[in-house]
Amino acid sequence: MTATPAERLRVRLTVNGEPVEHEIEARRSLADLLREDLGLTGTHVGCEHGVCGACTVLVDGRSARSCLLLAVQADGARVTTIEGLTPADGLSPLQEAFRACHAMQCGFCTPGMIVASTELLATTPAPDEAAIREALAGNLCMCTGYVNIVRAVAQAAARRADPESPA
Amino acid sequence: MKPASFRYARPATAAEAVALLAASPGETKLLAGGQSLVPLLNMRLVRPAVLVDLNGARELERIDAAPRGGLVLGALVRHADLAAAPLVRERAPLLAEAARHVGHIAIRNRGTLGGSLAHADPAAELPAALLALDATLGLLGPRGMRRVAVADFFRGLLATALADDELLAEVSVPAAPRGWGFGEIARRPGDFALAGVAASLDAHGHARVVGFGVADRPVRLRAAEAIAANARHDEVMPARAGRAAAADCDPASDVHASAAYRRHLATVLTEDALRAAAGRLRA
Repeated sequence: MTATPAERLRVRLTVNGEPVEHEIEARRSLADLLREDLGLTGTHVGCEHGVCGACTVLVDGRSARSCLLLAVQADGARVTTIEGLTPADGLSPLQEAFRACHAMQCGFCTPGMIVASTELLATTPAPDEAAIREALAGNLCMCTGYVNIVRAVAQAAARRADPESPA
Repeated sequence: MKPASFRYARPATAAEAVALLAASPGETKLLAGGQSLVPLLNMRLVRPAVLVDLNGARELERIDAAPRGGLVLGALVRHADLAAAPLVRERAPLLAEAARHVGHIAIRNRGTLGGSLAHADPAAELPAALLALDATLGLLGPRGMRRVAVADFFRGLLATALADDELLAEVSVPAAPRGWGFGEIARRPGDFALAGVAASLDAHGHARVVGFGVADRPVRLRAAEAIAANARHDEVMPARAGRAAAADCDPASDVHASAAYRRHLATVLTEDALRAAAGRLRA
């Protein structure tokens, strides 16, 4: 992209399927770009040093901490946020399972949990509890104790395999 | 929690990155996966004038077979790819297993082999695995590539043999012994290990047992190695080697664990790793 060091750069990327072209300071994170410049505040920023997982988004289909990725590094990438995982007319099956299982209390960690779970279900259609817990180990929740979150992901996986499976 | 201003460049080749390093010596940092560097930038513990992003240099993503059963790995290989690549799992399963233990999935998706080595956290998995595998590192500088054994690369806490004008370009792993074992103990999955051990053992009696999180750098546990090499057919070898392991550890006490507890973990983990290694050698 650029071989000459610069403080501000122009980035072109795809966010939730929409092309975005934007000039941004090199020191600002992808989370800053999403939230402050594009108004996509569903991506939550907790610790800003890669510990809490609240800001997790998909970059070219793989989960990444958007607080640890500079916006300029996302040049050319395909970024998906919680907004991009939410249907226009309601909830996705995974989100529906989170609601049905009461898999949240304050909700701050939920977007990151949904993004991380989306990646898990894309790579492991029928995860067992250990796989779900490993996939979500990088996402901190201070409220729930994780039990209902794990249950929600398991329910979403089961429903996808068999839409009639019980709650 | 925002980095101070810096200038950013993303060159398309490793050679261009080296030229950029030479242009602002001492005030430039290299960015690979960013999973260690960006937190330091965000907390302003590191304030480079120039940040050179290596992610444009696709040549550094290689995972290639080398002659006689070895591997050549580019510095930009992500932990997730190291853990999953069939060639790595076949030729250096110890390294693939170590990569699986690094951080969490989102961190393994971005974090790189070269970044882990250059950062030189004493509790990191990949430096220890590569020391157990007797790997060699290729350091690219203005005068070309120089080769440094992993054993000579780590100089202490977050300190390496890399000069200000060099970048870690690749890792050469020789054919790995059939016997190997790896284990670590962390407070929570994905945390840095309180202590860990990587071991390799071949049919000719060569043993390497490396502890991490037990000194200011990954260290060979030589007393344990001697027992493993000389008594490798002995059923009680792993337990005996484990008891000897603490002798070569020099751990710190901190809020996470006491030095005595880390020594204890080194004993247990050495026994487990060598039992696994001996089992694989027999299989």
